[in-house]
Amino acid sequence: MIEARGLCKRFGAIDAVREISFVAGDGRITGLLGPNGAGKSTCLRLIGGVLAPDRGEARIDGIDVGGEASAARARLGALPHAAGLYGHLTGRENIAYFGALHRIPAARIGREIDRWRERLGMADFLDRPAKSYSQGQRVKVALARALVHEPRNLVLDEPTNGLDVMAIRALRGVLAELRTEGRCILFSSHVMQEVSALCDRIVIIGGGRVLADDTPAALRVRSGTTTLEEAFLRILADGEREDEAPLGEGAA
Amino acid sequence: MRALWTVFRKELLENARDRRTLFSALVFGPLLGPLLFGVMVSRIVAEDAGSARQSVSLAVVHGERAPDLLAYLTAAGARLQRAPFGERAARSAVERGRAGVVLIVPRDYPRRFEHGEPARVLLVADSADNATRGDAARAGAMLQAYASAIAQLRLQVRGVDPLIAAPVTIDSIDVASASARAVSLIGLMTYFVLFAVLMGGLYFAIDATAGERERGSLEALLMVPIARGALVGGKILATSASMAASLAICLAAFLGVLHLLPLERLGMRSDFGPLMALEFFAICVPFVPVGAALMTFVASFTRSYREAQSYVAAVLLVPTLPIAFASIYSLRASPAWMVVPSLSQHLLMTSLLESRPIGALDLVVSAASSLLLALVLFVFTQRQWRRETMLG
Repeated sequence: MIEARGLCKRFGAIDAVREISFVAGDGRITGLLGPNGAGKSTCLRLIGGVLAPDRGEARIDGIDVGGEASAARARLGALPHAAGLYGHLTGRENIAYFGALHRIPAARIGREIDRWRERLGMADFLDRPAKSYSQGQRVKVALARALVHEPRNLVLDEPTNGLDVMAIRALRGVLAELRTEGRCILFSSHVMQEVSALCDRIVIIGGGRVLADDTPAALRVRSGTTTLEEAFLRILADGEREDEAPLGEGAA
Repeated sequence: MRALWTVFRKELLENARDRRTLFSALVFGPLLGPLLFGVMVSRIVAEDAGSARQSVSLAVVHGERAPDLLAYLTAAGARLQRAPFGERAARSAVERGRAGVVLIVPRDYPRRFEHGEPARVLLVADSADNATRGDAARAGAMLQAYASAIAQLRLQVRGVDPLIAAPVTIDSIDVASASARAVSLIGLMTYFVLFAVLMGGLYFAIDATAGERERGSLEALLMVPIARGALVGGKILATSASMAASLAICLAAFLGVLHLLPLERLGMRSDFGPLMALEFFAICVPFVPVGAALMTFVASFTRSYREAQSYVAAVLLVPTLPIAFASIYSLRASPAWMVVPSLSQHLLMTSLLESRPIGALDLVVSAASSLLLALVLFVFTQRQWRRETMLG
């Protein structure tokens, strides 16, 4: 389970994240949906512990990311925005390196890699240098790398960027399987179809704030629209109006 | 510790497969110095051998006016040619480099010589031209010798003891040129050794920091639950290993090159044998982590490979500054200088090459101050890696 409690983060004069709170439960796929620059990546980095919040806290399975960073991180697998691999290492070596950093015995790493090789269909390329990989192959290896230590929680930052339809399909299948295993999956996206196809719950973020947090069906009902895309646009527009209101008062 | 070892092994494995890194760390860096050194020394040896011949090439205008002088010069070893131009054109011929040194015998030379008056000859040369400067000086000396020989003959003819015209004689013994060259060559050799040390880690340090960021692997790495100290330590250690290998290769190459060169002819001792190579290695090893930590630290601030290359390459200049300082002020090894890394290594290596004794205290202070600086740089780097700005 991943919890965000009143997370705030400023970069200079910019409020990247303002009071973001939500809960991503186990056995569910939670989508962080928002336009570019809404604060999705910052939010995931706060949860991953590579950024420290100015206020608020992130908890992973109840463990404070700021307080017990190592224990929290051990329960988290991450596929960051730029899921770069080491080009001179093979996919297998890339995954094994992270497994070793998580202090997993070599024999178990080998078994895990073999398991993910079958599950993600990586047999053709896993033992080739990563610099020869296509974007889809890179994401598969990066996903296996994020899962090698068997984390209960997984965060993915725009994982489908640059993937073709086939690869997106495959990724969706894997995420759905991980959900049935009872894991907590949190992923960000600005693509509506992706979120609607996968998510049990959607957290819509705009201007660094949570604008809505509900099931896809409830969001449609709440905004009085028939499609999720319209609901998304309506909620964003409402959010912007609310943002501008206090400014208008200040000027007057 | 296990995490540090994991990072260390991965960095070595990754860079071992990178041809550019490997070439610069184990071929270009360590071999450039010894090869350049070899070429320079053999050129200097060849030049010295050339000047030892003492032969002079002279183009002569109107040599028929002074047959005795020409005979004397030929006997003294000068190679004379009839100049293909006249008196007036001689100057411009030398200026344009068409002729080296030109001797002109003026029209009034025979008459004045016969009457015992000072007979003028002209020697035209370009003193800014390194190639002919030696010829001009030697030609001048030959003419002087001819003049004093004639003077002695004339005094004898008049019944005067020629010795009376030589109240003081000067014998100068020049030892400067060979040893001065040797000193600057030694400075060059220790510089090349320190250069090889740094080159051995250049691309390792860049790859481990800016490369990690440029590939986009940094964020995932920073989310792994290991101490930043272990991460940075493993990277610096891998860089150090490559630098130590480069140092060893460089010293082995110097062994080969110095073995082949006739250094004694330059007044340099050539007792740079396997033992001294080992001593060099021991002296320089404490400098290895200093360079590794410094390059890693500098590269940690850069956003891309290209940016890192320009900044970290500037670090390669670091060892030149103390060496330049040392040669300007002719520093000798002393405990006070031993607290300055790279300068201390340079001074200690120079002492060894000049077969001066090295104090045990100097060795200890040099190693300790270097390791301390490395530790300080490591702490700074680790601090930088803890900052959020690392993500960029």
